[in-house]
Amino acid sequence: MPKHETPMLDQLESGPWPSFVSDIKQEAESRAKNERNIEYQIPQDVCEDILGVLELSYKHKRTHWKHGGIVGVFGYGGGVIGRYCDQPEMFPGVAHFHTLRVNQPGGKFYTTEYLRQLCDLWEFRGSGITNMHGSTGDIVFLGTTTPQLEEIFYEMTHKLNQDLGGSGSNLRTPSDCVGEARCEFACYDTQALCYDLTMTYQDELHRPAFPYKFKFKFDGCPNCCVASIARADMSFIGTWRDDIRIDQEAVQAYIGGELAPNAGAHKGRDWGKFDIQKEVIDLCPTQCMWMEGKELKIDNKECNRCMHCINVMPRALRIGNDRGLSILVGAKAPILDGAQMGSMLVPFIKAEAPYDEIKEIIEKIWDWWMEEGKNRERLGELMKRQGFQKLLEVTELKPDPRMVQEPRSNPYIFWKEEEVEGGWDRDINEFRKYHQR
Amino acid sequence: MDYEEAKEKIISTLSKKKGKTKFYFNDLAKILEAKPRDAKKIVNRLVQEEVLEFWSSGSTSMYGLKGAGKQAAAEEGD
Ligand code: SF4
Ligand code: SF4
Repeated sequence: MPKHETPMLDQLESGPWPSFVSDIKQEAESRAKNERNIEYQIPQDVCEDILGVLELSYKHKRTHWKHGGIVGVFGYGGGVIGRYCDQPEMFPGVAHFHTLRVNQPGGKFYTTEYLRQLCDLWEFRGSGITNMHGSTGDIVFLGTTTPQLEEIFYEMTHKLNQDLGGSGSNLRTPSDCVGEARCEFACYDTQALCYDLTMTYQDELHRPAFPYKFKFKFDGCPNCCVASIARADMSFIGTWRDDIRIDQEAVQAYIGGELAPNAGAHKGRDWGKFDIQKEVIDLCPTQCMWMEGKELKIDNKECNRCMHCINVMPRALRIGNDRGLSILVGAKAPILDGAQMGSMLVPFIKAEAPYDEIKEIIEKIWDWWMEEGKNRERLGELMKRQGFQKLLEVTELKPDPRMVQEPRSNPYIFWKEEEVEGGWDRDINEFRKYHQR
Repeated sequence: MDYEEAKEKIISTLSKKKGKTKFYFNDLAKILEAKPRDAKKIVNRLVQEEVLEFWSSGSTSMYGLKGAGKQAAAEEGD
C-alpha cells in the first residue's frame, strides 16, 4: 500500500516509454526494504513524498516547490540549488529537496565502480534519485537536506576526486563530446580542451560574478553531438581547413553495395540499392560534389563541413588533416527574444595546449559582457543589443565573409569615419561636378 | 579603495536599502565603483569572511548581507 494515492501518476506509466514514475516507485520500494541496511541520512520515504507532491501538483495544476535559496557549500556560489516544498506537513520527506550538480567526467566516461560509489553516496545522504545528465551535461543529484550538503561535498571532493558543477550566474559545467577517445570524426581533443578550460576557470565556475549563466560546449566535429551550436554561449566545434580525404576504392565499394551506407545505421528496413547521386551528391547543401567517371570529386573551397557525405560514407570520406576548431557565440534557449543559434566568430583556430589564443578570446568576451551585460542578459542578447560589430571590436577580430550567415540578414558591418580615407568630409564643389542637386 | 574601506561601504550601503536584501553582482560593482574583475576579488573575500552570502535561484545568483531577509530566516528556521 503506497503512502500516497497517485492515480494520475500511475496513468503516466501506462504509455509505451520508460517512465520516471516507475523509476521513482522502484527507488521508493528499495528504500522501504533497505536490504543493504543503509543508515539513511534523509527521510527513508522521501521518494514516496516526491510522488505525493507531484500528484498534488497535477491536481492543483500548480507547483508546490519553492525554488532558490542561500543553501550551498562554503565558498561556492554554485553547484547547489535550494528547493523547498510548500506543503511540508503533508510531505515531510521533501520539506528540503535541494539539487546538487556534479561536474561530469570528460566525455561522460566513467567506470561502473565510480558510478556505484556516486550512487551509494547519494542513497546514503540523498534521495537516491539522479538525472543523468542535466541539459548542461552534469550529473544531477535530486533531493537532499541542508545538513547533508557539506558532507556530500566533502566525500565527493576528498574520496571520489570529483567537484561540483556550475549553476546560477556562473560558468556552467563545461561539457564535451566523446571526441578522439572513440570518434574518428573528432577534429581536436575535446576532452583535453574541456578539462583545461574547466581547471583554468575554476573561479568563474564556482564564484558567480557574471550577469547570467555562461556555457562552454565542445563538439569534435560539426555533427555537434552535445548540440553546442544551439545551447552554448561559446561553442567550440571541430573543423578542418584542407580537403576531405577521399578513398576512391571505398567510394566504389559503397556504390557496389559491399559497404553499407551510414555504417549500417538505417538497415532496419529496405531502402533499395544505395544511390550515391540521390543520397549524397544531391543532398550536399553547397552542391560541391560530382562524379567524373568513376571518381568522386569535391570542390573543397565550397564545402561548408556539414558532415553529410562523411556520415553516409565514413570509410570513403574522412575529415581533412589540417584540423582545429571554429568558435561560435551567443546560442541560447528561448527565455527572452526566442531561441538563438550560435554565430560564427572565429572560423578557424588551432586547438593546441596551452590554448592561449582561445583563452584570450574568451577573456575579452567576458570583459565586455561583465561590463556591458544587463542583469540576466545572455551573451547572445548583448550581441543583438550592441551589434556583432561591437563584438568584433572587443575581441579585436577582423570581419570575415564566413561570419555572414546569409546576405542581408546578418548584422551589417559599418565603416567608421577613421577607417575611411578623408573621413566623412567631402569637397562639395568636387561632388557637384558629378552629381546634380 | 582598500579592502576595509570597501567592506564598510558595502555594509553601510546594503543595510540602508529598505525592503531589498538581494543584490546582483553588478549592483555591488557599482557601489564599489570598480571594474567587475576587481570588484569580484573584494566580493569573494566578503563571502569568505561571511559578511556576504550567495543566494541562487538556480539560474541566477545574487548576494545579500549574511542573515538578512526573509529567505534567510525561513531557511535557518528549518
Ligand atoms: S561531435 Fe563529432 S567528433 Fe564529437 S562524438 Fe559527435 S561525431 Fe564524433
Ligand atoms: S561535408 Fe557537406 S558540404 Fe562538404 S562536401 Fe560533404 S556534403 Fe558537401
